[in-house]
Amino acid sequence: MGKPLLAARGLTATVDRQRLFDALDLGVGPGDLVEVRGPNGSGKSTLLRCLAGLHPPSAGTVERDAALAYLGHRAGLCADLTPIENLRWLGTVDSTRLGPEALALAMDRVELGAARFDRCGQLSAGQQRRAALARLLVLDAPVWLLDEPLTALDDAGCDMVRRLIRDHRADGGAVVCATHGTLGADQAAPSRVVTLGASGALE
Amino acid sequence: MNAFAALLRRELLIALRRPTDAANPLVFFALAVLLLGVAAASDTGGLGDAAAGAVWVLALFANLLATEGVFRRDVEDGTLELFLIHARPRFAAVLGKLAANWSCAALPVLALSPLALYVLGHSVDGAAMLMATLLLGTPTLTLLGAIGAALTAGTGRGGLLVAALVLPFYLPVLIFGASASAAAVDGRDAAFELLFLGALLTGSLTVAPFAIGKALAISQEY
Repeated sequence: MGKPLLAARGLTATVDRQRLFDALDLGVGPGDLVEVRGPNGSGKSTLLRCLAGLHPPSAGTVERDAALAYLGHRAGLCADLTPIENLRWLGTVDSTRLGPEALALAMDRVELGAARFDRCGQLSAGQQRRAALARLLVLDAPVWLLDEPLTALDDAGCDMVRRLIRDHRADGGAVVCATHGTLGADQAAPSRVVTLGASGALE
Repeated sequence: MNAFAALLRRELLIALRRPTDAANPLVFFALAVLLLGVAAASDTGGLGDAAAGAVWVLALFANLLATEGVFRRDVEDGTLELFLIHARPRFAAVLGKLAANWSCAALPVLALSPLALYVLGHSVDGAAMLMATLLLGTPTLTLLGAIGAALTAGTGRGGLLVAALVLPFYLPVLIFGASASAAAVDGRDAAFELLFLGALLTGSLTVAPFAIGKALAISQEY
């Protein structure tokens, strides 16, 4: 493994006086897939939020050497905008230039079809998830932080997510993915599995 | 500049998609002026000298109505997380969002303010000064109100809580805005009041975007 894109050292999080994980070390390099497993409430989302810089850990540091894209439980889509419009503002804010072709290509890759022109409030949960996944493709960020990416997706959608992750890794990207099960059998094996339990990081 | 323009465009597009939400402050202002006009005109022939102050108070509340929930939908749909991760520089993005909010909420009120003076039984001679003070004062109100909105963003409440937080800070703007309008009617020089409003605006433009950015970041911590 080369220089890590994302490195966490001694990461500790305490939420409501409950220790979720303690002194967790994590290095994520190009091509890595780290699966964060554990039951509901074990701190998977908190770990991802710490890595994303949204939540400060109680102890430890997160060092990041590359841009990141984050997919949380909430899709981050404004109900009054279409999927394309929801991506476009983000592209300009992040100073990634998003041409119409790049947006159309992302919409094709997440198989959103004609729903790309509807307001997000009118889309089904699965379609909204696909629109949120399109964000990963246009942001051009090496590090993906995915919180339960398969939620609300149909079988074809789950296959699509596995394909996106595989392609991203092949391009030298890194993925940290929280999941209560596993991503799936046909997925290339994760480089590392972090299992969180009620008593903190079990590894 | 990119971040400013991107957020400005996004917010204006959303306002266009939800015209009834965007028109709320204007409708509130128009109705309140109308009711006040009816109530005051019945026997005394208008509010007289108090009209400019009344317009200022109503404009202030219209502004608060628009600002108190400015981040609520972004918190609910998760846009705020993306905003915090991707918007660089953050203060420019905050300013873009607030510029759109101010354009939708305060500009229509500003345009209607001479008519409001007339309805309240005041001579429209002071209209130019009233509009000048609103133009200088309402952006400050938006910036201060947004600090309150950002501080309460994670709590899921707003409304009166935001009002209680920010109203004390609105007072200087209200005092100087209304007194400049009154001075203009009496033919006094209002340069001091205008300069003070300008100073308040410059100060809040400098400080508020950073405070708002920090408060929003804190709202997303558990």
